[in-house]
Amino acid sequence: MAPRLAGPPLESSAMKIAVCVKQVPDATVHKRIDPETMRLDRSGEAALNPTDLNAVEEALRIKEAQGGEVVLVSFGPGKAADSLRKALAMGADRAVLVSDEAASGSDLLGTSRALAAALERESPDLVLFGQASSDGDGAVLWAAVADRLRRPLISQVASLTVDSSSVTGKRQTEHGYDVISAPLPAVVAVSDAINEPRYPSLKGIMGAKTKPQETLSLADLGLATDSVGNAGSKTSVLQLGPPPSRGDTIKFEDDGSAAQKILDHILERRLL
Amino acid sequence: MRLLVYLEHHEGELEKGSLGVLSKATALGAAVGVVLGPGAIELAVRAGSYGATKAYACEDELLAAPLPQPRVDALATLVEQTGADAVLFAASILASDVAAGLAARLDAGLNWDLTDLVLVDGELVGKRPALGDTVLVDVGWKGSPGIGLVRSGAFDPVESGGSAEFESFDFTTEDFSALATLVEQTQEESSGPSIEEADVIVAGGRGLGSPEAFSLLEELAAALGGAVAATRAVVDAGWYPYSTQVGQTGKNVAPKLYIACGISGAIQHKVGMQGSGTIVAINKDPNAPIFDFCDIGVVGDLHQIVPKLTELVRSNRA
Repeated sequence: MAPRLAGPPLESSAMKIAVCVKQVPDATVHKRIDPETMRLDRSGEAALNPTDLNAVEEALRIKEAQGGEVVLVSFGPGKAADSLRKALAMGADRAVLVSDEAASGSDLLGTSRALAAALERESPDLVLFGQASSDGDGAVLWAAVADRLRRPLISQVASLTVDSSSVTGKRQTEHGYDVISAPLPAVVAVSDAINEPRYPSLKGIMGAKTKPQETLSLADLGLATDSVGNAGSKTSVLQLGPPPSRGDTIKFEDDGSAAQKILDHILERRLL
Repeated sequence: MRLLVYLEHHEGELEKGSLGVLSKATALGAAVGVVLGPGAIELAVRAGSYGATKAYACEDELLAAPLPQPRVDALATLVEQTGADAVLFAASILASDVAAGLAARLDAGLNWDLTDLVLVDGELVGKRPALGDTVLVDVGWKGSPGIGLVRSGAFDPVESGGSAEFESFDFTTEDFSALATLVEQTQEESSGPSIEEADVIVAGGRGLGSPEAFSLLEELAAALGGAVAATRAVVDAGWYPYSTQVGQTGKNVAPKLYIACGISGAIQHKVGMQGSGTIVAINKDPNAPIFDFCDIGVVGDLHQIVPKLTELVRSNRA
């Protein structure tokens, strides 16, 4: 189990919460993969990944109820610091960004390695993730991080209760509801159904500018540069192509016979 | 090519998605299945009728609850003992966590959301639609095993007969793997297939006008033997359970037939369903974006058309 944070004792139920957040291309940007590098073009407008805001919100609610600290932990290019400011404006206390030239081209392995190293340094009671990034869309990172941290994992959590020593999450699965409990320290990934993220207040936005933001290199975390980034990646992008095309669309207005026409098409395609 | 396929099961049945991946793996090389949890041995034998030459089974009690970390322990042990060029999963809430945990444990590459698998010069290559399915990416793995998560509905199970030779195995547990525990489980009463399993999906959006209109979709889905799905907007509005949400923050589905009712076709929804075989769209707005990527588009009132279609399907089936 990861060592607990040494230092002055917090109130018994006070919680140190780390929220893993990612900068992604803004929703208004036409996302493209650079055919030269075979990587996502991250040069345009960027924003904090929308569903990460649910994880930030949940962390703030726990802190408001029980006391403690909310630390943002991110991995990405230097400009990601700008996006972290939004979550600081919502109320997070400080931010840690792992950023390194050698880290570009990281796949799940490198990303989880860098985040786990930064999280180990923070040694939080609870690590929170949002549902999925809007660019990679894997929804897998937390499980790799939990394994590296050797901590219990609860994912897809739609409601969460936390006490001083354990966390319990309810989630909806393909078959129904599961309620899963784990002792702290633990890793929890929340679904975007868990809450409605708050908007930063003007005071929050002003205050965010002076909150501590730290940038760490791979060396700061004791990570070899070939264990992260393209060198540490065990996956490769071989080729880009157009998506499989659909045939022509048959479009018509309902004149009362639409249901019959739909059925005819379904029968013709042997779908019934 | 030695492919290990994780076979998920529920209530004594192997999941259709897993069997689809197994059938695909059989076509690519020597496919070996692995089934975990109580009842695993019986299910492992059954994997043979979908092409597995052999199936591993472990019935350890630690694997009874649908929790990922003990499964990572079991699969890591199995891969280390038996070797595999690739470990393949049909995506599910559980399987995604297992695959990613296993990737970290074995320092193995993970590619997700695969819609096809092919061999190129003897190497496994995955096809992955990315960035809202605007680009199709060929992905590979460096070193072995490669780990792959396959999008729901990508492959159909092919029953070929036969039974698999099974072998039981034990595994070593990590100290943290049993810390998370299942304290309560509620099965949802459902009369039809889940949206991940269904060959037909009838989906509803804002254009339904009210949550009550979902009953029209339920009747059509029942007549077609399909499942009902919903867009994010109506799930957020509380009209329908969010387990049925298709799209960017919901599920990716690829049924043979997808009937979109009152769905405008926002990109967030499109990414979750455009892998479907045939897409039928019914919408009042002739300019709805969904008409740009459907096969059959009907401009009209779904409240009129859907009940009629239900009747026609029923009488056709009778």
